[in-house]
Amino acid sequence: MIAYLIRRILYAIPILIGVNLLTFSLFFVVNTADDMARMQLGMKRVTPEAIEKWKQQHGYDKPLLFNAHAEGARKISDTIFFQKSARMFAFDFGSSNDGRNVAREIQTRMMPSLAIALPTFLIGLLIYITFALLMTLFRATALDMLGVSLCVLLMSISGLFYIIGGQFVASKLWHWVPISGYAGGIDSIKFVLLPVLIGVMGSVGASSRWYRTIFLEEIGKDYVRTARAKGLSELRVLFRHVLKNAMIPILTGVVVVIPLLFMGSLLTESFFGIPGLGSYTIDAINAQDFGVVRAMVFLGSMLYIAGLVLTDISYTIVDPRVRLQ
Amino acid sequence: MKQAAHVSIPFYAQNERFSVLNVGVSNMPVILWTDAMIFLLLATILAAALWIRKRPHLVLPWHRVAKGSVGMVSLLLLSLFVLVGLLDTMHYRAALPEKSNGQTVYSAEVLSVFDALAKGIKSRSEKTYSAPLAAYLYAKESMETPDGKILRDYPRLRYGGVHLADPQRELLGDVLKRTVIGALEGLIIGVLLIAVSNMLFHFFIKLRTGRLSTVPEISKDNWIFTFTRAMKNRPFRALLITALLIAMLFGMTINLAAVYHVLGTDKVGQDVLYLALKSIRTGLVIGTVTTLVMLPFALLLGIAAGYLRGWVDDVIQYLYTVLSSIPSVLLIAAAVLMMQVYIEMHPEWFETSAARADLRLLFLCLILGVTSWTGLCRLLRGETLKLRELEYIQAAQAFGVSTSRILTRHIVPNVMHIVLIAVVMDFSSLVLAEAVLSYVGVGVDPSTMSFGTLINSARLEMGREPMVWWTLAAAFGFMLVLVLAANLFADAVRDAFDPRLNRTEAVA
Repeated sequence: MIAYLIRRILYAIPILIGVNLLTFSLFFVVNTADDMARMQLGMKRVTPEAIEKWKQQHGYDKPLLFNAHAEGARKISDTIFFQKSARMFAFDFGSSNDGRNVAREIQTRMMPSLAIALPTFLIGLLIYITFALLMTLFRATALDMLGVSLCVLLMSISGLFYIIGGQFVASKLWHWVPISGYAGGIDSIKFVLLPVLIGVMGSVGASSRWYRTIFLEEIGKDYVRTARAKGLSELRVLFRHVLKNAMIPILTGVVVVIPLLFMGSLLTESFFGIPGLGSYTIDAINAQDFGVVRAMVFLGSMLYIAGLVLTDISYTIVDPRVRLQ
Repeated sequence: MKQAAHVSIPFYAQNERFSVLNVGVSNMPVILWTDAMIFLLLATILAAALWIRKRPHLVLPWHRVAKGSVGMVSLLLLSLFVLVGLLDTMHYRAALPEKSNGQTVYSAEVLSVFDALAKGIKSRSEKTYSAPLAAYLYAKESMETPDGKILRDYPRLRYGGVHLADPQRELLGDVLKRTVIGALEGLIIGVLLIAVSNMLFHFFIKLRTGRLSTVPEISKDNWIFTFTRAMKNRPFRALLITALLIAMLFGMTINLAAVYHVLGTDKVGQDVLYLALKSIRTGLVIGTVTTLVMLPFALLLGIAAGYLRGWVDDVIQYLYTVLSSIPSVLLIAAAVLMMQVYIEMHPEWFETSAARADLRLLFLCLILGVTSWTGLCRLLRGETLKLRELEYIQAAQAFGVSTSRILTRHIVPNVMHIVLIAVVMDFSSLVLAEAVLSYVGVGVDPSTMSFGTLINSARLEMGREPMVWWTLAAAFGFMLVLVLAANLFADAVRDAFDPRLNRTEAVA
């Protein structure tokens, strides 16, 4: 197990290097540092001195990959690649355009993101699986048809509609909860309630249908027939046998996203004014803050890889046949 | 001199009339990048259709699609959207009446055939917001009454309901009258069209089977008989009813749009119906061109990885793991940001602003393609791994058939159903993604009309009193119909093509 983990982590390194190289070429090779400086300072009437000053301030005045003017090891380290990209491996994300430390910013913004994302994830999972099990129980009846049609309808509605509609009904018409904002501690509940509800609503159609397909696939297998032949009730067959055996495909889709919950949701957070990582990313995109976007891309892929490892570990927990070696 | 100037005026007027009649002669056709991609896609689909027609085993699943009413009705709806999109894809630049040095000068504005057809609702713009089917503006204005007093009231619209003397009294009656008349007109035209096409179909069958047909039903030689026979077919009935309903809806809309803004106007007074119809093309481009871009990569790399294995497999797996490990929204955001800077730095590339917005749309498709090919690639790799162990491939290998021939003759045709299912399933999610991306600010160019930009522009107006709801309602409504039809059609295609699914349903 330990050996496996170490191997997986070692295997993750080339992938992270790949991600790093990709983002590096995206951010520094497609456009020169001069272009970015001009973009930041306003397109017109920018003096070359102003560009040089901006580059110096933000550390873009170095060569890309190899510094021929420096001595010894600094030939490599005194470059944009080393300073801006390679240092992300040590969680040193540098600073944003307004001079704040990105790593610290990420730390403080993680909690609000998690306060929304975690309940959405857990409640959602519970509802989707329940709904899917019900549809499986009533499969090939009018109820099932109704459920599937409802799912298709719900998944055809834009996520933006749920957010805008939900905000309008719950906050403006009924005055249940504040329209947006966030507070720490116990106060956060009233701010979190609506985003969570909308988050769950947003993917109820697609997810329930997906779980239904998984359950239907399991229910055609021989062991289910055996269980029925033993005289077990249909409910017992579903919960004790089908649900347990459907765990592997369910976990494949679910565990990967758990680490990504830290990243928050771009849309929900920016609509509800929640100071999490999602709205941080959106703000950075709108302000064209390359440093922050770069850091988020790297963080996101790191968490995704962590999710893959977690998925493998979760397999060993639900299926004793799977051994990691 | 004076006389010459006098003569030239009717000449210009004549010229202008001439240019409207002969669109192809005096206007310059413009083929934008995405237009070219759409034409390429159409050509591919046509070629594929011709190829499939000759092969009964490939036609069979399509027959299965044609037997489902839901699939066929959604296909009808989709083809209406495609029609609007295609009309909006044929672009041109209108010739200006003035000439410089004897050469025709073209307008900087790129128009489409759809713009020309919808000229009425395009040009009738108001000052600002107005509600659907309203005769008054949304906002109050100071107006001078005939007796010199200043009055603050809702002014009449410039175009909406101007034919009414007293809108407060007459509006409802007029709207109802036009709705009913429009629906009836639509119904009559629809019935006539169906009757004509049925007769044509009847004669077509007669031509094909010959007059002395041995089939007794056709030898009855009566087109009404052909119709009643077709009516026994359930999908045909569903299609017919839908077509008539759509014809009625069209009649109503055309009748009302002649004198009203059916879906209201937006902040700068543009007709929302026009904006929503223009958005269709953007949605379709995102949904289809993206697929066209990613398909060759996914197919080639997926099959190569699965069949060749070894280091090729390792490299390809590494490639798609790296790409898929970056959260797609972030990768898209980063790439679009970079591209935005790049386009801003090279303004000299673009002759018109439409060309610029179009290139950005194409880039968005490319980037969406890059982030979405990994899933299909992985699926194809898995399927190829399974296929290469089957006996017929082993036999081909034993006979010494070359690798490229095995891939094209044996592997590709046997994974095509996966490709098709993936393509139709992806379409709707891409249309939905466009709206979200445009909202986030990494979608299409703000000047491109799309569902995302429509929603984005209308979002903040929800807080107004009374509420401006019509732009949002139009955008979400059109999007819902498009995506729902696409989803239902995708399901029909999947049910017909997926052998695995048929089995599980049979058991369940």
